[in-house]
Amino acid sequence: MSHLRPESEPTPDDKPVLAKDEVGEAPAFDDLVEQTHTANVLDPSAKPILTVDNLKMYFPIKSGGVVRRKVGDVQAVDGISFEVPAGGSLGLVGESGCGKSTTGRLITRLYKPTGGSMRFEGHDLAQLTDKEMKPLRREVQMIFQDPYSSLNPRHTVGTIIGTPLQVHGIVPKNKVLGRVQELLEVVGLNPEHYNRYPNEFSGGQRQRIGIARALALQPKVMVADEPVSALDVSIQAQVINLMQDIQAEFGVAFLFIAHDLAIVRHFCPEVAVMYLGKIVEIGDRESIYSHARHPYTQALLSAVPDVKQAVIGGRRERIRLEGDVPSPINPPSGCRFRTRCPLAQEICAKHEPPLLQIGKRHKVACHFPGEIGKHPTEPLTARLLGVDHAGNPDPGASPSTDLDTKPGYDDTWFDLDTKTFARA
Amino acid sequence: MTSTQTTSTTGTPDGAPYLEVTDLTVKFPTADGLVNAVSDLSYSVPLGRTLGIVGESGSGKSVSSMAVLGLHDARSARITGSIKVGGREVVGMDERDLRSLRGNTVSMIFQDALAALHPFYRVGQQLAEAYRVHHPSASKKEARARAIDMLDRVGIPSPKSRVDDFPHQFSGGMRQRVMIAMGLINDPALLIADEPTTALDVTVQAQILDLLQDLQREFNSAIIMITHDLGVIAEIADDVLVMYSGRAVEYGSTREILSHPEMPYTWGLLSSVPDVHSDTNARMIPIPGTPPSLLNPLPGCPFEPRCAHRDKVPGDLCSTTLPELRPGGRGAGHVKRCHLPDPDAIYEAEVLPEIAPDLAKEN
Repeated sequence: MSHLRPESEPTPDDKPVLAKDEVGEAPAFDDLVEQTHTANVLDPSAKPILTVDNLKMYFPIKSGGVVRRKVGDVQAVDGISFEVPAGGSLGLVGESGCGKSTTGRLITRLYKPTGGSMRFEGHDLAQLTDKEMKPLRREVQMIFQDPYSSLNPRHTVGTIIGTPLQVHGIVPKNKVLGRVQELLEVVGLNPEHYNRYPNEFSGGQRQRIGIARALALQPKVMVADEPVSALDVSIQAQVINLMQDIQAEFGVAFLFIAHDLAIVRHFCPEVAVMYLGKIVEIGDRESIYSHARHPYTQALLSAVPDVKQAVIGGRRERIRLEGDVPSPINPPSGCRFRTRCPLAQEICAKHEPPLLQIGKRHKVACHFPGEIGKHPTEPLTARLLGVDHAGNPDPGASPSTDLDTKPGYDDTWFDLDTKTFARA
Repeated sequence: MTSTQTTSTTGTPDGAPYLEVTDLTVKFPTADGLVNAVSDLSYSVPLGRTLGIVGESGSGKSVSSMAVLGLHDARSARITGSIKVGGREVVGMDERDLRSLRGNTVSMIFQDALAALHPFYRVGQQLAEAYRVHHPSASKKEARARAIDMLDRVGIPSPKSRVDDFPHQFSGGMRQRVMIAMGLINDPALLIADEPTTALDVTVQAQILDLLQDLQREFNSAIIMITHDLGVIAEIADDVLVMYSGRAVEYGSTREILSHPEMPYTWGLLSSVPDVHSDTNARMIPIPGTPPSLLNPLPGCPFEPRCAHRDKVPGDLCSTTLPELRPGGRGAGHVKRCHLPDPDAIYEAEVLPEIAPDLAKEN
């Protein structure tokens, strides 16, 4: 990975001018292009490395006073299921407060989940004790959002990257430095800078240090929680390309958490959209970005500013979402999105829509799934739930039994156009 | 250094632009020497138009617009050139006159609404204060009514009760709305928005941008939108000013800049962000390196050390001579600071196929 040329670094003791030899020659445009990647491609045959099933995280709310009784729960994550393919990446998008960061922290076991399972190589990460968890921690690592607060300012870069190596006893003590320098080179930093402190690096360089620290233990899964949102636009592309390099070279699987839908689209061939602790739509890139069927996904996509529309002229019609996300302490009954949904009807308040598979790799949780402007007028899920169109129990209908949301995809699905079950 | 006047392109039929910045230079003395934060910057904004200013951190976007409000310490900052707001010269204006300007005819919306609002005072009190400062004859009751009216206008539900809430009781998007309400309470003719949506979710960002556009239509005010997000520029701005290293490097109408950019730095900004509808064969091409120090400006083009297209300019012109801000091949309204002989052709032939293969094919 010699092409990852170290950036110049503004050091206070050096000459303030950005000297030529310090920055190196800017590569010609063709070389620059060669160092970059196109969007990651989906490998449909990849086996899941991490299977999350019905994961729940409730944070208790305690009352004030002497006896601190539990008065409620913040339902941060409420029964989500997904798979992360080995060497692939799954994107997790949604507004702030939808539980995407909590999900990342559950997978790295920074929190112990309230319920559900997280299967990783024969272990259920949700059930392990802290002691049993320790050897597995090297397999699941995390890249944090804020490169300023996630590095200890009083430790040198060498200590920061070397500590995980020592804690897990990966390399003998006298080899740690060599390994640290290798890692610095992998992430495109100058290996001679191992004894510098984080404050001597720019934001983009600090994020590279964070990536080197996560990479030190050669994990199989990396959770990247908003890895570029704190960086300048021109630096974002550098870090994304670096993460693509790492994925190609070391086969690391990524759970990529971000609110920037365009970056997620570039990095993740599969995307899950979360709203208030639930997955409302999950599918491959094409299904989510071009054939979204959930009104929330559609609203989210229509809100993304589009550079290209200025070229074409005119403005896309935007679906305006009214109000704010409701509180996860007391979420709305039935479908959680119904309070802001333009399509909401009676059934939405009474029944929670099941996450129904509607394509080969596409699931949606909505009573009225459809493309923009073509949402059905009658709930498609009524028959499956055994209710009539207003959501009242229908004595003549028998509810479908296996509506539990499983991770992964089935071979059969409910085709929205023909309204029948289809097969791959 | 000659600076091309860009006023001609933005002038409205109804007269001179409301804000006219001419040859603005801002320098700050530091222990390491003089920082050239802004150099020879000229631009103008007429009423009813929106100017977008883009650039990386440290490119002088915020420093130049803070100068418009006279927010720099007059004892240390060295400001030369001229800033005319509605015909009045701001550079060198005394503090009392500046105070009557700030929040009245010119107001600013800051990025971090939680930091910009006072945590101890109720939202209504803070809004009313902004009103009463510039309307000394108004009673407290009138000011409160005005505050409620503004909260209602920016779309805060049940403003009559929320007016007595504290800032921490509002969500991020609502706080930003309160900031906008405060900025607009005296019907300013010029509104400077410094990254107003950067910390917000896309859905809330869309609401805020819509709100700003509705309010602009209503009050016919001039808006300066400072951002590093070209998507926001595409949504809201009529004209774009691209800044790098304290200088204007490209200027033109939004459509021109986004469809026919002529400066490699603008290409870099466009290529470092993916588009949500783009071809999956599109690449994210970063700008190599980091911005230059502002202490000792380079003799040549400030972007030269990071420019991937420098080899297309004959000789060492780029490293020795600062290019002038001149019209390129796309008419007088589109100016750029670059030595490249035929930038549009290079962009179409080399850059576009990599960052937007689908668009390149259409052309």
